[in-house]
Amino acid sequence: MHVVVCIKQVPDTTNVRINPKTNTLMREGVESIINPFDEYALEEGLKVKDSLGARLTVVTMGPPQATVILREALARGADDAVLVSSRAFGGADTLATSYTISMAIRKACGGKTPDLVLFGKQAIDGDTAQVGPGVSEFLDVPLVTYVQALRLTADGAYEVDSQMDDGLHVVQGKLPAVMTVVKEASTPRFASLAGWMKAAKAPITVLDEKAIEADPIRIGLKGSPTKVVTIFPPPVKGGGEKVDARENAADGVKAIVEFLEKKGLVK
Amino acid sequence: MADAPILIDSAKCMGCQKCVKGCGFGALSMVDSTANKLGKIAAVDPSACKACYACVKACPFGAISEVRQKIYGTENIEEYKNIWVFAEQTNGVVAEVVYELLTKAIELKKERGEGCKIAAALLGSNLTDEVKQSLIAAGADIVYVVDDPSLKDYEANVYVDAVAQLVAKHKPEVILAGATAIGRAFFARVAVKVRTGLTADCTMLKVENTENKDTGAMQMLLHQTRPAFGGNIMATIMTPNHRPQMATVRPKVFKKAPPDASRTGEILAEALSLIAPQTKLLKTVTDPDAINIAEMEILVAGGRGLQKAENFKQLFKLAELLGGEVACSRAAVDAGWCPVGRQVGQTGKMVAPKLYLCFGISGAIQHLEGIRGADTIIAINNDPMAPIFGVADLGIVGDLFEIIPALIKALEERKA
Repeated sequence: MHVVVCIKQVPDTTNVRINPKTNTLMREGVESIINPFDEYALEEGLKVKDSLGARLTVVTMGPPQATVILREALARGADDAVLVSSRAFGGADTLATSYTISMAIRKACGGKTPDLVLFGKQAIDGDTAQVGPGVSEFLDVPLVTYVQALRLTADGAYEVDSQMDDGLHVVQGKLPAVMTVVKEASTPRFASLAGWMKAAKAPITVLDEKAIEADPIRIGLKGSPTKVVTIFPPPVKGGGEKVDARENAADGVKAIVEFLEKKGLVK
Repeated sequence: MADAPILIDSAKCMGCQKCVKGCGFGALSMVDSTANKLGKIAAVDPSACKACYACVKACPFGAISEVRQKIYGTENIEEYKNIWVFAEQTNGVVAEVVYELLTKAIELKKERGEGCKIAAALLGSNLTDEVKQSLIAAGADIVYVVDDPSLKDYEANVYVDAVAQLVAKHKPEVILAGATAIGRAFFARVAVKVRTGLTADCTMLKVENTENKDTGAMQMLLHQTRPAFGGNIMATIMTPNHRPQMATVRPKVFKKAPPDASRTGEILAEALSLIAPQTKLLKTVTDPDAINIAEMEILVAGGRGLQKAENFKQLFKLAELLGGEVACSRAAVDAGWCPVGRQVGQTGKMVAPKLYLCFGISGAIQHLEGIRGADTIIAINNDPMAPIFGVADLGIVGDLFEIIPALIKALEERKA
């Protein structure tokens, strides 16, 4: 069984701020991390490897610096790592990215479709949740989303719990599949020291547009139907009345109750 | 090396750095050059450039210009007409967001002008007339109905097939779907199948009737505005050369208008030959205690400041007194104090209550994004500089551990 886990390096958006004077993103000091949701996808992949002896390949698309997250995945137990990287991929939207990653997966699997491809449910920088489903279309493999628990047997039959709005959908199917994984699936493991030592020396395959035999018109900015036309800071609503109740909590309580009465929010 | 979407004329660049400051993506920087006296000119990193062209406007010397590149697109764009809404339903109950989107579609149709119709795409099995009529009453001129036993339950792969077939047949100019679990999952694959763009989680939609810069033909462009980078910036996105223009919108972002039973429309049955379902739904496990905070009118929320799980008990007490429910921030979920189903914010739920009363929530941008639809916000926090005060109608700087019990007592006394 061959499992591919797709991961992404993202800026830690909880720390990204806008400079109020220049209205630009302040990227200085913002750390790059493995997209948190991808950690759960990787853990699911590692669990399949542990239980069924699958081969586990990690794939990321990004600049050369993204090698860092591949090494981390190798240290945790992935067998091989692929960096999909080229200036020509720059500016890709979700369609061009889905195309590029699916071509890279094909290449990394020697032209075959892997049994299972795992993604985090979304990346925290773009928040689109579109690339996993997009890759499933390009690979022509069934799609299963929001996987919270995966029960897989060696013959490829699976049962998953999928988080939907009306509850948990318990869904049955047979590999191949592309699955997106949610946070509640598991707790990501730490890499061992031995794992790190092995990962430091492990080779990483780098694939560019030629290696994946991509159609030049379908990659990067040119291959992206969506265009960012403008960016602007989010509208700020002005704050209202403010009461300092640090000395006397009762002042705060009184203000709240009066406010609720005024607005007709308490009977 | 990718071509950059902008061209910097080194002879005109004066090294003022306005473009560097004006770029929201950090794609521009100053590099050493012999082109001018300063010895520095602006340079673009093509992989970081998002082609927003803010730098073109920022440059006072006209040194930066747009590079219009030949790009691939949908053939016969002018054949694509009408605005569609994906009419998501579960067990015959239409998702509320569908009515919100139909209300928005009425506005977009007006902006689009004569000849534009609104269509709802409804998939399911044994769909009632009542469901179909409700879509017409909400604004649909046409309801395309695919009624098939294989569509009884949601199955991503059959849904993709059905909607992609409808798109190929009828060629809509725009399709909107709710950014629900269902909408987000299968819609992204539909967009790839029909080879077009999709903008997720739009918070604003606007129509522009304009000339296509590449072909010169008149066309409608949908301005799709969404938060990016965790809500730190807003981005307006367009899909100029591909059709349909696809977007998802979170529930509660747009308001639904009351239905109008006097509206008329066509109901068209679509007999499609669909692929077999690829997965089988065995059962749906619902949590009897699950509540949908997105639909509550009063929410009492807690965040990191609550310090431990036990302290949420007092919030439940308070919520009960006010006739509401308890919600929380991501910090409280990550700490394990509150279940993820109650999480408000970009990775949780968007809420639109009449009252959002929150304790110990500092107001990270992702959280503020989630409470944008709230009518009234009251915030209690011990940090006078907390960003939550910037959006609160009433802000109380103080110790929540003193205020919560006192507020419970005050409300109980009022009741008695």
